[in-house]
Amino acid sequence: MSAKTSAGKGVRVAFGSRWSHVGTALCAVSLIALAAAPFWGGRDDLQLLSEIYAYVALASLWNLLAGYAGLVSVGQQAYVGLGAYILFALAILGGVSPLWAIPLSGVISAAIAIPVAALVFRLRGHYFAIGTWIVAEVFRLLASQVSLLGGGSGTSLLAAVVIGMAPTRQLRDFLLYWIALALVVVVLATIVLLLRSRYGLALKAIRDSELAATCNGIDVRRTKVLVYIVTAFGTAMVGALIFLQKLRVSPDAAFSVNDWTAFVIFITVIGGIGRIEGPIIGTIVFFVLRQTLADLGTIYLMMLGLVAILVMLTTPKGLWGLLVERFGWQVFPLERKVVFEERSAARE
Amino acid sequence: MGGQNSVANAVPILALDKISKRFGAIVIAEAIDLELGEGEALGIIGPNGAGKTTLFGIISGTLSPDSGRVLYAGADITAMPPARRCAMGIGRSFQIPLPFGGMSVFENLVVASAFGGGRHERDAYQSCMDILERCALADKANRQASSLTLLDRKRLELARALATDPAVLLLDEVAGGLTERECQALIELIRDVRKSGVSIIWIEHVVHALIASIDRLVVLHNGGFIAEGDPATVLRSPQVAEIYLGIEADA
Repeated sequence: MSAKTSAGKGVRVAFGSRWSHVGTALCAVSLIALAAAPFWGGRDDLQLLSEIYAYVALASLWNLLAGYAGLVSVGQQAYVGLGAYILFALAILGGVSPLWAIPLSGVISAAIAIPVAALVFRLRGHYFAIGTWIVAEVFRLLASQVSLLGGGSGTSLLAAVVIGMAPTRQLRDFLLYWIALALVVVVLATIVLLLRSRYGLALKAIRDSELAATCNGIDVRRTKVLVYIVTAFGTAMVGALIFLQKLRVSPDAAFSVNDWTAFVIFITVIGGIGRIEGPIIGTIVFFVLRQTLADLGTIYLMMLGLVAILVMLTTPKGLWGLLVERFGWQVFPLERKVVFEERSAARE
Repeated sequence: MGGQNSVANAVPILALDKISKRFGAIVIAEAIDLELGEGEALGIIGPNGAGKTTLFGIISGTLSPDSGRVLYAGADITAMPPARRCAMGIGRSFQIPLPFGGMSVFENLVVASAFGGGRHERDAYQSCMDILERCALADKANRQASSLTLLDRKRLELARALATDPAVLLLDEVAGGLTERECQALIELIRDVRKSGVSIIWIEHVVHALIASIDRLVVLHNGGFIAEGDPATVLRSPQVAEIYLGIEADA
C-alpha cells in the first residue's frame, strides 16, 4: 500500500449530479415564468406569490440556522419585526425611500444581532431556543413603547411615502412583486453559494457532528455566530418587505411567533430540515393546505398539526429527504464529486 | 515560541504535566506525566474504562483537566480550544467513528484538510485523494459517509485525521475488526505516516498490531501509568499480567 504512483494526475472535482442539471434548468424556466407573473396574473396572484416567496425565504434562512448550524431558534420573529420597524422608522421619521430602507434594515438588524448573539450564545440547546423567544418578546415590548411609531397599536406608511415609490397602484404592485421575487432569489442564491464554499462544508460538518467538527479544525462557535448574524440580516430584509407590502405595522403582527416562527418551522420540518430544497417543498405544501383548508378555521390548524406529526413520525427527514433517498434527486448542485479517470475503477 | 528549532530535539512535541481528571468519584488520571518525543510512536493500553480515551480528550481539547498542563512543542495549550489545537497539528481519530454522515467520503477529508490543515480547498483535493487511496477508500470517495460499513467508518476516521496534516496523530482503536491482511496494510500505512515525520499516540487492544508499530508502550490503570518502556518488556511485566489478564494469552 506504500508509494502508489497515482499522485501524478490532478484530481478533477465537479459539483452536482445529473439531477442537478435538470434542477437548474427547471429553476431557470420557472424563474422566467414567475418574473412574468404581472403579465399573466391578477393582483391576488401577485400577493399570494409574494407571500410564498417571503415564506420560502424565511424558511430557508431558518433552515440555515437550525438545519445546518444546529441553532434551533424560536425567536426569528425578532428580526422580522425589527426589519419591519426599522423600515417604517427610516421611511416615516428619516424620510428614506422605503426601497432603500429594505437593505438598510438588514444591515442595521445584523448590527443589532451582534450583541444579541453575545447574549443568547451563552445558552445551549433548549435554553437557547427559549432565550431567542424571550429576546423577540423584549423587542416586541420595546416596539410598543415607541410612541412615534404608534406604540402598541402600530402605524401606517404615509400616502406620500407610498406614492413616492411608484405613481400608480398597479406599478407599485409590480414593483413590490419583483422585489419580493428578487429577494427570495438572492436569499436562495446566497445560501447555495455559502453551502458550496468551504464554509458550507464546515456548516454541514457541524450539522453532522459538532465534536468531530471541532476536532478537525472548525471553529464551531465562530461559525455559528456568523450564521446567526447572516440569518438576522436576511430575515430582517424579508420582514421589512412583508410589512412594506402591508403598508402597516404593529408590534403584535410584526413580532408574531405564530406567523414568523411556528409556520416557518412547520414548513422546514415537513419539507426536510438540513436540505436546501426542503423549505421550498414545505412552503408549497403549506400554501396548498392553507388555500384549501383555511376556511375551516380551527380545524385547519389541527390539520397542520396532524400533518406535522405524521411527517415527523413517518419521514423524519421530511418530504424532500424521502425523495432524495428514493430517487437521489438534487435540485441545487452542492456536492463535490470526484471525477474518476479510467484508472482506480479497475483496481481491486 | 521563538527558538523552537534550536531545541527541537530536547523539547517533546507533546507533554502532559501532572494532569488530573476525575468524573465524580471515578479517578481517571492522578497527576499523570507523559512525554512524546518528536517522531516517536507511543502505544497506550489498559483495561476498559481506564480512561485512555479521556486522555485523548484532554490532549485534543474536548475535555479540560481538573489540574495540570498540556504542552505542545513546549507551549502551554491547556486553555486552547480544540479547533486551534487541530490547526496547530494535533489530529485525532475517534474510537466510535463520528463521520460527517451527510457528506461524501471525499468531502469529509476536504473539510478536515481545509480547516484543520489550513489549505485552500482546491489545493486540498490531490492530497485528500492520495490519503483515500492509502486508506483503501478511494473507490468510495463519492459515497455518503453515512452509508459506510463500520470498518470503512474506522478507515475514514484515520483518513480524516491524516487530512488535517497532523504533527501529532492520536489513534483510538483503529485496528479492531480488521482481517489479518487489512491489519498488515494498516501497520504499513502507519509506518508510512511515521516516515513522514508524524509523532503518534495509539490506543489499541489489538496488541500485535500495536507492538509492530510503536517505540514505547505505557499501561494506564487506576489513574496512573503502572508500566512504561520497551513494548515487549512491558507486556511481559508482572504488573501488566496481573491487571490486564488475557493479553498474554492473545499475544
